[in-house]
Amino acid sequence: MTKTVTRLAELIHETSSSLPDDAEKALRAALRREAKDSSARLVLETILKNVALARAAGTPVCQDTGTLTFFVSENLRRTVTPERIAAAVAAATERGWLRRNTNDAVTGKSIDSNVCPGAPVIHYTLDAESKVRLIMKGGGSENMSMQFSLPDASLGAGRDLEGVRRAVLAAVQHAQGYGCAPGILGVCIGGDRAAGFEESKHQLLRNLADTNPVPALAKLERRILREANSFGIGPMGLGGKTTLLAVKIGARPRVPASFFVTVAYLCWAARRREISW
Amino acid sequence: MTTLTYPFSEVDVRALKAGDAVSVNGLIRTGRDRFHKFFADGGKLPCDFRDGALFHCGPVVVKNPDGSWRVVAGGPTTSVRENPYEPAFIEQTGVRLIIGKGGMDARTLDACAKCGAVYLQAVGGAAAVTAHAITRVTNVYFLEEFGAAEACWEFEVKDFRCVVAMDSHGTSLFAQVEAASNRRFRELLAK
Ligand code: SF4
Repeated sequence: MTKTVTRLAELIHETSSSLPDDAEKALRAALRREAKDSSARLVLETILKNVALARAAGTPVCQDTGTLTFFVSENLRRTVTPERIAAAVAAATERGWLRRNTNDAVTGKSIDSNVCPGAPVIHYTLDAESKVRLIMKGGGSENMSMQFSLPDASLGAGRDLEGVRRAVLAAVQHAQGYGCAPGILGVCIGGDRAAGFEESKHQLLRNLADTNPVPALAKLERRILREANSFGIGPMGLGGKTTLLAVKIGARPRVPASFFVTVAYLCWAARRREISW
Repeated sequence: MTTLTYPFSEVDVRALKAGDAVSVNGLIRTGRDRFHKFFADGGKLPCDFRDGALFHCGPVVVKNPDGSWRVVAGGPTTSVRENPYEPAFIEQTGVRLIIGKGGMDARTLDACAKCGAVYLQAVGGAAAVTAHAITRVTNVYFLEEFGAAEACWEFEVKDFRCVVAMDSHGTSLFAQVEAASNRRFRELLAK
């Protein structure tokens, strides 16, 4: 293995077995909010115990090691190549850091190495930050992601930030606890359908404690988080004060005819890492 | 926290209410898609589920050098896929605890009421904790036929923590939570 491949394989191992600090902190804060002897507390205690066990043993936080999506700064394109990323994924699978988790969509057959055209997903991003970012997103949470086309009469959602709020709250109501709540929402306003899903996932890379640089979006993030947590859905949908840990909103330009709101749901097992190269 | 120990009696199980936290101890068995299909097709079960527990789980199990088994990961799998089979399974076997994630349908809820069974939610994704609670693998059925992830494993568990999501009095916590959150959602949309 080349040095680059080894380093990428280590990134995968870390991401798979160790939840980022900000996510763990948010889970701890959630635990303090929930009532004594509540099912919400039991769930959060179990989750935190699970996080500690996985980190200590270097084993996957969740058995569904998810879809791997890499975001690589454009200036690293010649070092962190798709071939090297693929080699790292295959090596990590071999070591048991990733489950055999990729199936051919037509035949249903398992692709044991987790590597084939389209897997893992790699985006080269237009920045010169020299960073490699990885997110591993499980299927149960991905199933809860949604896209809305505004206006939407059933929600009274027009083509403005109030319409965005309504659509996102509808996504929360739809998801309940089925994507392994408490979750994190990445939202994209605008774009075409494909850009919407890409950007909403990109938002999930943000530190949970950061503040959106766009004041209007920062305000909307806070409002939706507060409102979603008043739904009472709670950890794993069993009731409680913590339905979401964070809401992160970004935007992409759109054509005048379209106004999409895309909501990516990430479960509590928010496995993401970034390294400076 | 209510402690339940195998064999699970009808009286104990009927005393549980949706939302109760429980600690499960003793023998439990796994069964998922192929296991349920086999049963629905009239297959004969190799073991007695009366007063027992059925866990919807596809564990990762490795063989120790001495030939015994060890569970590496063992989180619950989504239960809705077994909806078509579960009412008959509950009625015919006398199983008391169904353990999984995401809840099950109204027919299963009815069967729980009729027979004195409950549905327990284990924490989704918490594979390491669940594996930790499994202290011993005591037997396995259908390993050859169904493969390791679908086989019927017999586990000894200690302090396996779950929440009663569907009780034997017709209450489903999921339905309750969803109805309440829908009310709140409508309220917020009216603003
Ligand atoms: S939704 Fe997340 S926590 Fe739940 S099973 Fe999937 S990967 Fe694991």
